[in-house]
Amino acid sequence: MRRLAAALLLLVTLAGCSDDARDRTTDGPEKTLQVYAAASVQNAFTEIGKRFEDANDGVTVKFTFGGSSDLVAQIEQGAPADVFASADTANMDKAVKARVVGGVPQDFASNTLEIVTPPDNPAHIESLRDLTKRGAKVVVCAPEVPCGAAAARVEKAAGLTIKPVSEEQSVTDVLGKVISGEADAGLVYVTDVLGAGAKVHGVTFPESRRAVNTYPIASLRGADDETLAAYFTDYVVGPEGQSVLSTYGFQKP
Amino acid sequence: MSLTQQSGVPRWVLVPAALGAAFVVLPLVALVTRVEWGSFFSLITSDSSQAALWLSLRTSAASTLLCVVLGVPMALVLARTTFRGQSLLRSLVLLPLVLPPVVGGIALLYTFGRKGLLGETIDVLGLQIAFSTTAVVIAQTFVALPFMVVSLEGTLRTVGERYEVVAATLGARPTTVLRRVTLPLVLPGLAAGAVLSFARALGEFGATITFAGSLEGVTRTLPLEIYLQRETDPDAAVALSLVLVVVAVLVIGLVRGTRSTAL
Repeated sequence: MRRLAAALLLLVTLAGCSDDARDRTTDGPEKTLQVYAAASVQNAFTEIGKRFEDANDGVTVKFTFGGSSDLVAQIEQGAPADVFASADTANMDKAVKARVVGGVPQDFASNTLEIVTPPDNPAHIESLRDLTKRGAKVVVCAPEVPCGAAAARVEKAAGLTIKPVSEEQSVTDVLGKVISGEADAGLVYVTDVLGAGAKVHGVTFPESRRAVNTYPIASLRGADDETLAAYFTDYVVGPEGQSVLSTYGFQKP
Repeated sequence: MSLTQQSGVPRWVLVPAALGAAFVVLPLVALVTRVEWGSFFSLITSDSSQAALWLSLRTSAASTLLCVVLGVPMALVLARTTFRGQSLLRSLVLLPLVLPPVVGGIALLYTFGRKGLLGETIDVLGLQIAFSTTAVVIAQTFVALPFMVVSLEGTLRTVGERYEVVAATLGARPTTVLRRVTLPLVLPGLAAGAVLSFARALGEFGATITFAGSLEGVTRTLPLEIYLQRETDPDAAVALSLVLVVVAVLVIGLVRGTRSTAL
């Protein structure tokens, strides 16, 4: 029993050591960049990361994707992040206020809302006003999260009151409820409709211009390699990053 | 240290045991230190908090009732009969205990959802389950039912069949035996099972958010409200978390109470 406990203890200690060793290799040629990014940029950033690695020998880009406010909370609590890309300015402002941002945040993309329905559009939704139809099951994001805040702005601008059957936690939850056919329509980002392909039908509406979500990116204070972190943010804002982002449906900031 | 040792527990065991206890207690202490006491009362009495708490209590009570109605017969069948495939059935019934709740939610969606297995039947009956409070109760019952079955089946086996056999030989019919002998004997186990089911229903999150959605007063229970408040108002999330912790402590107290009268 004692031997087992000792072995376990050793194992835990060793695991701790190797982890440390991996994180601290900043002086050698091998470098790892930890990028914390909003869930909605996952596909685009994964590709940007690959291209950045190809262009920079010995650099590995590791991503953590999640809700922007979750990511801010993790960074505030000391998560080993070098770069933060937020889905809205509010969460970047939070990070700046918490004094975790090293550089100056730069806007790298923008995104607008689009109506999403199942492929056969069972409730015949053709406009934003149609979302207020009686009997149409509409899901939106809760106003507490960025996509819900955008939805609220669009509603206000159009002078409409949508009565959703559910206010979801994230834009992917809204998309999931529409893809599964539980909901007749939802409000998601243009990029989500594009990403879901044939599983959904998208309906654009002119009022979407009234709520443009801007995505800022910044290198973080205490980044392992501040130059590399700044280099990555410039890469995202620059022509290479922008061309990848536009293929995923993001608009210029 | 005045530790009364009944059997020889080696002293070194105390160290990992104390570590384990600290591991459980420390996060709760940390939570309490983060509570903004000045605004605590206003945070937990806001309209959305009240709606979430009230909804949680209502749905948890309803699912506990369902757990009693469905779980007691299930425990009786599992404890007092033998049939082929019984152990397989028992394992299946206990599955929600170990299943990630989000998986349960997806499974429920494909059962009771509009496009689900029973979707059309439900539609014909004119019922709407998706995005309704009923969906919340279904999700909670799904995850809480095994607690009832496990707790009661254990008690039934511990109590044994002696008195039931005696009652039967004295001419009591099966229903009378159940009503007058079995149920009074296992009442503490039943009560403990009900309290555990209630607690599990109250804490349900994954299956609910996957299956029922989230709308104030309809489907947004307290755990969902806490998860949402975290986005904008961490203080409110902490305050509401503390409310759930207090409820959980009360529940454990209740279970211990019923257990100790059973012994």
